[in-house]
Amino acid sequence: MTPRTSPEVGGMGHSVKRKEDPRFLRGQGNYVDDVVLPDMLYLDIVRSPYAHAKITNIDTSKALAIPGVAAVITGKDLAQYNLHWMPTLMSDTQMVLPVEKVMYQAQEVAAVLATSRYVAADGVDAVEIDYDPLPVVVDPKKALLPDAPVLRTDKEGKKDNHIWHWEWGDKAATDKTFQEAEVTVQEDIYIPRIHVSSIETCGCVAHFNKVTGKLTVWMTTQAPHAIRTVFALVAGHVGLAEHKIQIISPDIGGGFGGKVPVYPGYVIAVAASVLTGKPVKWIEDRMENLQADSFARDYHISAELAGKKDGTITGLRIKTIADHGYTDAAANPSKFPAGLFHICTGSYDLKAAHVEVDGAYTNKPPGGIAYRCSFRVTEAVHTIERIADVMAHEIGMDPAEFRFKNFIKPEQFPYKSALGWEYDSGNYAAALKLAMERIEYDELRKEQAEKRARGELTGIGISSFTEIVGAGPSKHFDILGLKMFDSAEIRVHPTGKVIARFGTKSQGQGHETTYAQIIAEELGFPVADIAVEEGDTDTAPYGLGTYASRSTPVAGAACAMAARKIRDKARKIAAYLLEAHEDDLEWEPGKFFVKGSPDRAKTIQEISLAAYTNHPPGVEAGLEAVDYYDPPNLTYPFGSYICVVDIDKGTGEVKIRRFVAVDDCGNIINPMIVEGQIHGGLTMGLAPAMYEEIQYDESGNNLNGSFMNYLLPTAVETPKWETDKTCTPSPHHPLGAKGVGESATVGAPAAIVNAVVDAMWHLGVRHIDIPITPAKVWKLLRENGVSE
Amino acid sequence: MAAINVKVNGVDHKAEVEPRLLLVHFIREVLRLTGTHIGCDTSHCGACTVVLDGRAVKSCTVFAIQADGREVLTVEGLEQDGKLNHLQEGFFQEHGLQCGFCTPGMLMTGYEFLKNNAEPSEDEIRHAISGNLCRCTGYVNIVKAYQYAAQKMREGGAQ
Amino acid sequence: MIPRSFEYSAPGTLDEAVALLQKLGSDAKILSGGQSLIPMMKLRLASPPHIVDINRIPGLDYITEKDGFLRIGALVRESDLERSELVRSRFPILVDTTSVIADPLVRNQATVCGNLAHGDPANDHPATMLALGAIVVAVGPRGERDVPVENFFPALFTTALEADEILREIKIPIPPPSTGGAYLKLERKVGDYATAGVAVQITLNNSGACTAAAGIGLTNVGFTPIKAVKAEAFVKGKQLDQAAVKQASEIAAGESHPVDDIRGPADYKRDLVRVLTARAIVRALERVKGGV
Ligand SMILES: Cc1cc2nc3c(=O)[nH]c(=O)nc-3n(C[C@H](O)[C@H](O)[C@H](O)COP(=O)(O)OP(=O)(O)OC[C@H]3O[C@@H](n4cnc5c(N)ncnc54)[C@H](O)[C@@H]3O)c2cc1C
Ligand code: FES
Ligand code: FES
Repeated sequence: MTPRTSPEVGGMGHSVKRKEDPRFLRGQGNYVDDVVLPDMLYLDIVRSPYAHAKITNIDTSKALAIPGVAAVITGKDLAQYNLHWMPTLMSDTQMVLPVEKVMYQAQEVAAVLATSRYVAADGVDAVEIDYDPLPVVVDPKKALLPDAPVLRTDKEGKKDNHIWHWEWGDKAATDKTFQEAEVTVQEDIYIPRIHVSSIETCGCVAHFNKVTGKLTVWMTTQAPHAIRTVFALVAGHVGLAEHKIQIISPDIGGGFGGKVPVYPGYVIAVAASVLTGKPVKWIEDRMENLQADSFARDYHISAELAGKKDGTITGLRIKTIADHGYTDAAANPSKFPAGLFHICTGSYDLKAAHVEVDGAYTNKPPGGIAYRCSFRVTEAVHTIERIADVMAHEIGMDPAEFRFKNFIKPEQFPYKSALGWEYDSGNYAAALKLAMERIEYDELRKEQAEKRARGELTGIGISSFTEIVGAGPSKHFDILGLKMFDSAEIRVHPTGKVIARFGTKSQGQGHETTYAQIIAEELGFPVADIAVEEGDTDTAPYGLGTYASRSTPVAGAACAMAARKIRDKARKIAAYLLEAHEDDLEWEPGKFFVKGSPDRAKTIQEISLAAYTNHPPGVEAGLEAVDYYDPPNLTYPFGSYICVVDIDKGTGEVKIRRFVAVDDCGNIINPMIVEGQIHGGLTMGLAPAMYEEIQYDESGNNLNGSFMNYLLPTAVETPKWETDKTCTPSPHHPLGAKGVGESATVGAPAAIVNAVVDAMWHLGVRHIDIPITPAKVWKLLRENGVSE
Repeated sequence: MAAINVKVNGVDHKAEVEPRLLLVHFIREVLRLTGTHIGCDTSHCGACTVVLDGRAVKSCTVFAIQADGREVLTVEGLEQDGKLNHLQEGFFQEHGLQCGFCTPGMLMTGYEFLKNNAEPSEDEIRHAISGNLCRCTGYVNIVKAYQYAAQKMREGGAQ
Repeated sequence: MIPRSFEYSAPGTLDEAVALLQKLGSDAKILSGGQSLIPMMKLRLASPPHIVDINRIPGLDYITEKDGFLRIGALVRESDLERSELVRSRFPILVDTTSVIADPLVRNQATVCGNLAHGDPANDHPATMLALGAIVVAVGPRGERDVPVENFFPALFTTALEADEILREIKIPIPPPSTGGAYLKLERKVGDYATAGVAVQITLNNSGACTAAAGIGLTNVGFTPIKAVKAEAFVKGKQLDQAAVKQASEIAAGESHPVDDIRGPADYKRDLVRVLTARAIVRALERVKGGV
């Protein structure tokens, strides 16, 4: 797409350098831990060593004796105000601090307030707690057995650990495709528990001003407005009203979904500030972050695919057990306890599908959030891309040919999927073709055959994913009843400078630049003249926040719509100034002119001034607009990734030799930023595919609770990503854009697994669960008689 | 408590500190230079990287008292006469940062590395930054930023 | 993650340091690079009441060749080793080793001597030093003594050092001509300790057979660093053809005592020792011939 604006204006399609960078490059960002207020207290948390235990005694006397320790807060203290439990986003309940028992290792048990970080840590050490260990349930499948100990004894009448059953699709029609199938395949696929691990952990500074009654909280949140409302709903009874709550989400050091939930630490800090009247800072450390904050995934999936011998897929059947830990604290739209998992028919045109998911309680931390993905889309993509590959291999068809055969064709869009989604646009074959050209697919297959003849192991894996982002239309999408619109407010100053505010919150995606570019595109103001603000609930319009790649699809659209409202008004002013009829004016970025006489023109800057100095009679002064955008549909970005791996037969190591990613996210606002998002997303796809997993032993001890064993890839492990793109605009989005922040994370793991299995299929290997560790590969090799 | 004197970004700072005070907390909380970040407890992430007597180190794994009488350079000290150094400029031009949290550490690691390696290969750069975790960028553009800076340093002198 | 409080001293001479250690006994911990000690203190897994920081003692950061030994002083950092021309040209095995330890930032602080003194079987230098037949020089109130590295690691996280002794220097015999060595480590990612690691040092005689000076050391496959004595004995005097390499590697694997843990099951690690030993021998032989 050739840009319509000049590089100086910097509208869509320009790789404008980021407006946020100058402060970060100088160490002048303002992250939560950088906030320091006079007289501030530090909060540190005592955590449970047990995964399930009764608390028999808490002795705080030694801690309180340490000079500088101001208070120790326990569940009993909070219970006096009925603040010891809080609701989760999925309307389950979660302990803020326990009164009776702990439900997972590292659960918050008490909180120490002190005059410094160091003293608070000493205080934590000195709190003495006695526990009576209870039987631990770690495996969600065992949790659902009839004889499993019931974990949620707080729920009256609860007799098992089953949270909910959810199903979607036409069961009878699906079963019929299986009865009539010429080929069926089945695989058990575990998508392990992982953690987003943004490099900045979570934390807050809560400040309750006893005089004004106003609570201000600087906090690491991706959704400041929703948090404000939740606080007002939860703590209304202790006098916190929504107009007296200000949530400020300052610079955020990465979010990826981990900064959507409300963690107990935040609530304790707020309670502590309300009780003491002093500012309270709580910053979790990395181990707390990994051991207690919301996890992602943890889906135990059984997938079946039905098809014909010629490679046509006809039906998909999925049963899943979802491990939610001790409470369902997932961050999903209310109606969808399994998120958008039912996008699992992927890029393929198939007749029928049926999905079932059962949620289970276990003695693990709660969660079920995204990991740089939109509500369980990775789980869906991984399942379909894996099982499709299994079928291709099973019938001896090249996995690329298999995909071409089953893709939804460009002329079928808008396409109604078997599970009820309406895909907006796509050209899946084009993306896969481009990826194959880039990687020289046919040559690679030849090379693979030669190598195999010599006993060497090389694999080529494809993932042709379809994403679903931009939640979402208010008819179906809400969080705790709040509809999932988003908002923009644009104000043009008399001198032609602009401030724009949004309900979203960037965590590195570059909103300050991207939104400015949308305004530049729509109104012709240079990007340099536009300031973008987010994250302060006192000033920004209400919005649901940034996650699930919704900012461009939803807030970006709101931005365009608000700008268009301004343009409509500007047209009226221009007509007045030019003494012409509105209909006789034509717009080009930056000015209105009279049709046929381009010299009779008014620039947007001239119009801005006139809006305050010479506005037309009957028209309000000023030039500003607000838009709350309720998307008519979701957007469906897609792509095809191809990965080439070489396997070391001696050690089991997998080396990614090449990885080509072709993405299609519709029209692109800033190509530089989009490419950066894809690089990052790919690396967060690599991570769970090969390195990251949170594991527990039988007693519920977390085995990957620090960066020692929770393995974030470094630059050395990360392949040299090769990226390319196709462009299929969204027909319903005002800018034709689709959202891209997460596609790569969603699509990459399947390409990697498919490559590894492809390298070993001829040995008898059908599947391998992520993360693909050398130890797992070694075992498969030796089991199948391969050694060095 | 012990008296220390540390030169940070060219300025002497005297302070009374507990021996257990970590250098990163001295920099962030005593000196209020908050560009140096903390991302882990186990010395893995490199968000806290500063240059101590010419070597890039993890300031979360050094006691402040060990820096007594020595020189520390932090991200705040990179800009000279209102001009970003070549590596900062490289990060800007090549989109080497997203959330910016790892960036100061990446800049400090590069400050030492590029001084000792004028013409680094991509693999050398990747190894050089292997003690600095970035969750946002996938490292591609960080590598390019280093290459940009190396090029500029070869063309036109120091910084 | 905040360490507990402690007293701190930074003696200016070795004598002062030794005197302090003698006075404080088991209350004191030596701080050199701090890259193992400080993380443990932050996690409060170690809480020494007194820290004796030896970093202010001048003259301990040398890498020199003297009297037939390469000598590495107590304050030589890993990155010094990596950059030393002497080490690069004569001891590529040490460059192999140091370059897979932690990451460049940690290596800027961590000392080679501390890597042995920490007594961690997961550390990488012990295996290499075992293969090289290094000698540890300890200084204490009773003077100085040499400890052959094979006697330096009596038990898990224990060394032959007394509480009042300082590891002052590591001495490595300068190898005769026709010597080659290599260290290979499998790690899950940069910054990780070894799933398994193998160091091999080999000297060939005129007829191309392995001399008595062969050394093989193993990392993180037992409670202490392991000297693979049976494999060493096997290779001595042999022409290291494919069959001999294979047999040697199998013997070395048999000498490892790994346990199941998060890095993998024991049988996997044992097999890794086999694979890495074979590869390290081949690499060492290439280096004898002048390869890199
Ligand atoms: C993220 C990370 C990853 C790492 N990965 C690896 C790895 O892959 N491989 C590896 O081998 N190591 C690794 N290490 C450990 C690192 O190499 C340590 O620095 C080393 O183990 C200890 O050296 P030090 O100089 O830092 O010792 P310190 O931490 O200062 O001391 C360690 C112990 O040795 C004692 N000690 C130190 N010096 C002396 C001396 N001269 N005389 C007597 N006692 C002494 C101390 O009292 C203390 O008990 C890693 C460290 C980190 C932080
Ligand atoms: S804070 Fe992570 S290495 Fe220092
Ligand atoms: S830019 Fe966010 S961690 Fe690197």
